[in-house]
Amino acid sequence: MAAAGGRTLGRSSFSRATSNPVTSSYGAAGVKIGPNGAAFVSSGIPDLDRILGGGFLLGSVVMIMEDADAPHHLLLLRCFMSQGVVHKQPLLFSGAMKEPRLFLGTLPAQVSSSKEDGRHRAMGAAASSDGRANDEGLRIAWQYKKYFGDDSRAEHKDNKQEFSNDFDLRKPLERHLLNGQNIECVSIQDADSLSGLQDCCSAFLSKLPRKDAGSLTAGRIAIQSLCAPQCRYFEKDWDMVSFIRSLKAMVRSSNSVAVITFPSTVLSNSFCKRWQHLADTLLSIKAIPDEDKDLAKLLTGYQDMVGFLHVHKVAQTNSQVPVILEASTLSLKLRKRRSLVLERLNQAPVDGSSGPSSAASSSCSSQGSQLDF
Amino acid sequence: MEEYGGGDLLSEAMGSAARVVVVEDCVEAPGAFVLHLLLKRALASGGAAAFLALAQPFSYYDRVLRKMGCNLSLHRRNERLHFFELLGFPGGAREGTIADSFVRLYNEIQRLVEANRAGENAGQFTVVIDDASLLEVVALGSVNDVLDFLHYCFTLTSEMNCTLVVLIHEDIYADEENMGLLLHLRYIADLVIKAAPLSTGLAADVHGQLSVVNKGTFSEQRAKAQKVWNFHFKGKENGADFFYPGTRH
Repeated sequence: MAAAGGRTLGRSSFSRATSNPVTSSYGAAGVKIGPNGAAFVSSGIPDLDRILGGGFLLGSVVMIMEDADAPHHLLLLRCFMSQGVVHKQPLLFSGAMKEPRLFLGTLPAQVSSSKEDGRHRAMGAAASSDGRANDEGLRIAWQYKKYFGDDSRAEHKDNKQEFSNDFDLRKPLERHLLNGQNIECVSIQDADSLSGLQDCCSAFLSKLPRKDAGSLTAGRIAIQSLCAPQCRYFEKDWDMVSFIRSLKAMVRSSNSVAVITFPSTVLSNSFCKRWQHLADTLLSIKAIPDEDKDLAKLLTGYQDMVGFLHVHKVAQTNSQVPVILEASTLSLKLRKRRSLVLERLNQAPVDGSSGPSSAASSSCSSQGSQLDF
Repeated sequence: MEEYGGGDLLSEAMGSAARVVVVEDCVEAPGAFVLHLLLKRALASGGAAAFLALAQPFSYYDRVLRKMGCNLSLHRRNERLHFFELLGFPGGAREGTIADSFVRLYNEIQRLVEANRAGENAGQFTVVIDDASLLEVVALGSVNDVLDFLHYCFTLTSEMNCTLVVLIHEDIYADEENMGLLLHLRYIADLVIKAAPLSTGLAADVHGQLSVVNKGTFSEQRAKAQKVWNFHFKGKENGADFFYPGTRH
């Protein structure tokens, strides 16, 4: 998908040798087939799907390291779960809370399509008038590169609406979608051990076997704050890591993806590393303080950012080559305060008085003051 | 290992006649590709191998090695490769304690090594473990059980014509308290291959750096040869490139 941007410009902002939008096809609802026998489901955040080369790989375990200060990992988890509900994929949710069912009430609804069409068309038109006119001689200033990703989105809009949706974090998901759904909720807060959850997962996954055709229903497992200190099994380090290992083995042979968030700071360094090694895809979230003047001077668009997302590892099918991303740290932004976008970080120009570059970002904090190193 | 079949920096650094090879890696620089390479070379030189796979299922290794030009399915059918799929080890069929399961596993390996030695085509036998950190998870933290098992595997290398290759994640053992397994493996190793990231992070052309320490305990010529090697690597679908820093365009 990302390579589509490269076609119009002659250079792509993110290129990955194995992915090829021409050959990818769609299996069951919400499942995209990629090369090498890979099947993806959407993470619920179109930008993240693009960065990870298609989405979350079926049969893989995604682990998200939480930030101790802010609950931004919940934004990712909610989008992931909503995407599954929208695509009618079976969902197993487990959280370190007394009533996990209540968490379902916080799932976001899809962005209403009329507004999204208008926005994409506007972006697409603006970009294409510059881009399509003269491909070869066009040199895009680095700051504007990130906007051209939207151009490809406008082209593949029809396909993308099926696979990956934007979610409006201010609107809750419609009740009727949740009611008719195959959603299982398990609380792990009062559990003495994880064997109960393991049995639930095992039963859930046994209904979703993996076949080579890849067109069967895909399932999603979402586990929130697996090693939260309030859980009774919290002291049992080896049990927890053993659970993850078993879950990974079960997920490998099933047509589903498991997303686990965990507060990495409460684990010892040694066990934190063990968890990281077990992950197929590893992400971490870092919150941004609200009024950090230094950061504001350093980055454009700082006001909109809620945090940083760092991609440590990306799952691959059957390959020993690591995925090298052009940018592994991205900023988490809420576009129009409702949908989650991921953007590459852009450093603000050192001299705050340069005109055109300040127009590109929403606000460049310094108006003439210099950066001191 | 008598021959490595590769004319690259890694085979030069490894030399020959190493009995115990320990591969260390970390989250930023995974070292499993070294295991794949060593497995391929062990099978290519006409020997047999036992692969203890705790990290991935057979289909994964099959596909990866196939891209490297080694057909694991064929070798498994010809009984040159004995694949132990241990993703769910010890699993439901477990009777007794973890130690018992390890004993059973070791007995099977020993049987294979002896059968190989007694056979007509008594080539090199290689036991590959992916990976030792997961053995600890299987043992639920009982390091003694893991050390016992590894020690028994180690005895195979001295008693019979067998080589042991073990992958371990060294960043898990960064703290002082639980370095036991890592230190033990480093001690019994003839060859330690360590994959680490570059200080500047991941790059498209260089995925990390490899340091090879060859203790040369088994070969007299080795005693005078170079002991420590440092170079860069780049993983590819069909293998890996090894080169000195700055020799890549």
